[in-house]
Amino acid sequence: MSTLAPKSDFPLLSREVHGKSLTYLDSAASAQKPEQVLRAMDDAYRTYYANVHRGVYTIAEEATQAFEAARRSVARFIHAERTSEVVFTQGTTASMNLLSYSWGSANLRDGDVVVISQMEHHANVVPWQMACERTGAELAWIPITSDGHLDLSGLESLLQRAKVISVTAVSNVLGTINDLAPLVTAAHDRNIPIFVDAAQSAPHQAIDVQALGADAIAFSAHKLLGPTGIGVLWARQSLLEAIPPFLGGGEMISDVRFDGFDAAPVPHKFGAGTPPIVEAVGLRAAIDYLSALGMDAVADHEHRLAAYAMDRLQSELGERIKIFGPSNPSERCGVISFELEAVHPHDVSQVLDEHGVCVRAGHHCAKPLMRILDVPATARASFYVYNEESDIDRLVAALDAAHRFFV
Amino acid sequence: MPGLEDLYREIILDHYRAPRNRGELASPPAVRAEGFNPLCGDEVVLYLDVEDGVVKDIKTAGRGCSISQASTSMLSAAVIGKPLDEVRQLTSAFKSMMSIHESNLENETETSQDEPGTVSSDGVRMGDLEALQGVVKFPVRIKCATLAWNTLTQGLDEAAN
Repeated sequence: MSTLAPKSDFPLLSREVHGKSLTYLDSAASAQKPEQVLRAMDDAYRTYYANVHRGVYTIAEEATQAFEAARRSVARFIHAERTSEVVFTQGTTASMNLLSYSWGSANLRDGDVVVISQMEHHANVVPWQMACERTGAELAWIPITSDGHLDLSGLESLLQRAKVISVTAVSNVLGTINDLAPLVTAAHDRNIPIFVDAAQSAPHQAIDVQALGADAIAFSAHKLLGPTGIGVLWARQSLLEAIPPFLGGGEMISDVRFDGFDAAPVPHKFGAGTPPIVEAVGLRAAIDYLSALGMDAVADHEHRLAAYAMDRLQSELGERIKIFGPSNPSERCGVISFELEAVHPHDVSQVLDEHGVCVRAGHHCAKPLMRILDVPATARASFYVYNEESDIDRLVAALDAAHRFFV
Repeated sequence: MPGLEDLYREIILDHYRAPRNRGELASPPAVRAEGFNPLCGDEVVLYLDVEDGVVKDIKTAGRGCSISQASTSMLSAAVIGKPLDEVRQLTSAFKSMMSIHESNLENETETSQDEPGTVSSDGVRMGDLEALQGVVKFPVRIKCATLAWNTLTQGLDEAAN
């Protein structure tokens, strides 16, 4: 019955709203930041901040060292074979746009198929829809089972004209941890790449890109205790080398002439403009923090909280609550979407706020999935390293109060 | 800081729990207008029977949060049997009640001291609709309250064509 990380490491968690202590259950949208991350970023701005690369003076060199150290730290965190396979972006959305644009323009043609799933976040839907509009390719959707898992029974026919599979590792709505192994095998049997949206999985479980066998993954820093404005695209060196640049500008070139340009080697080819330097320092501090906790311990902690929450929600609210996604808590990370009988998710969230409990309400940027679940929106509680059982007790009590208020 | 009682007034909860004028009208002759709030997934459907410049009948459908659905119900009760010019006036008075002026945001006491009256600043009788004024203190929910009224405007424009 405790948090995994000390709550006192997270300054924001000590504040109050409406005279109540804060119960933050929206980490799947964005996580709170520990002192260690805040201090690392503050220290960078105060003591060695300058633009990176090309600077000869001391602090520019120090800033460049810190920025590139962050890239190595990410490479170790995801067990990449090479540091040059780590591209810094603005976040998962930017990573998926880079992939769908650069890989898509080099590889997609009229009549090709892009296979995604019905549980994707819009960040892994809309960029592909845009790529399809540009190239004449089409989307095919892997359906989901009633228990919130990918339904791979019709995969063979979905893959017939497929040029790529792009799927999420963990559903941001259902919490489902997808078994990607059969999809990786199916993709490679056909010599097509598989890309993974790891926005929800990177904060919650260890990632080993070499063991996973995918060709690219994307995630954001802000969901794993790091700052906003920076994310990661990891892709195989050969893939990054084969596709054209995405954004053009400074830093991404090796030469610019009157008649054209030569792109820089990877990863700098995808690093146009001044990068998020201090954000990279913050991301490294977040990775250090999580690594000290141990990613396996993080995953175990979330499974324990998910199991406790599902048990408490069902025993205290019974027929009044419907929980979406896998019924077995070990098949999901610390994300629980639900519907409270006769109370709209926005009203749930509003009443919970009065109790100091922060949960998200809405379509969670997964409108195709909302259509499958046949709901306009859900309420979603999500747990992270600084949450504990008593947070869930407060959630359950506040939900009971919300239900009494409206019904 | 505004409390829940500012948002969820008893009359609003009453309209949410027991919505008035739910149902459908054959369309045509009635006009069917549909409104969505993509942020929340609120959905409002209005069936309007406009004859001789009067909203002779109105039925409502859709689903969404308490504010959007109560606002729809209150709208239907407020406009049924009313001449179109009065309905237009009411719509404009309601929308101006729901618009956030900077003074409201910066000086909340100004609005919270307003006694719930029955007449808006431009002289339109607001009746029960005044109860929705508290929504202004919860800026993200304003769109929930105005959705039905925007849908009504859309439907009346269509009926006029």
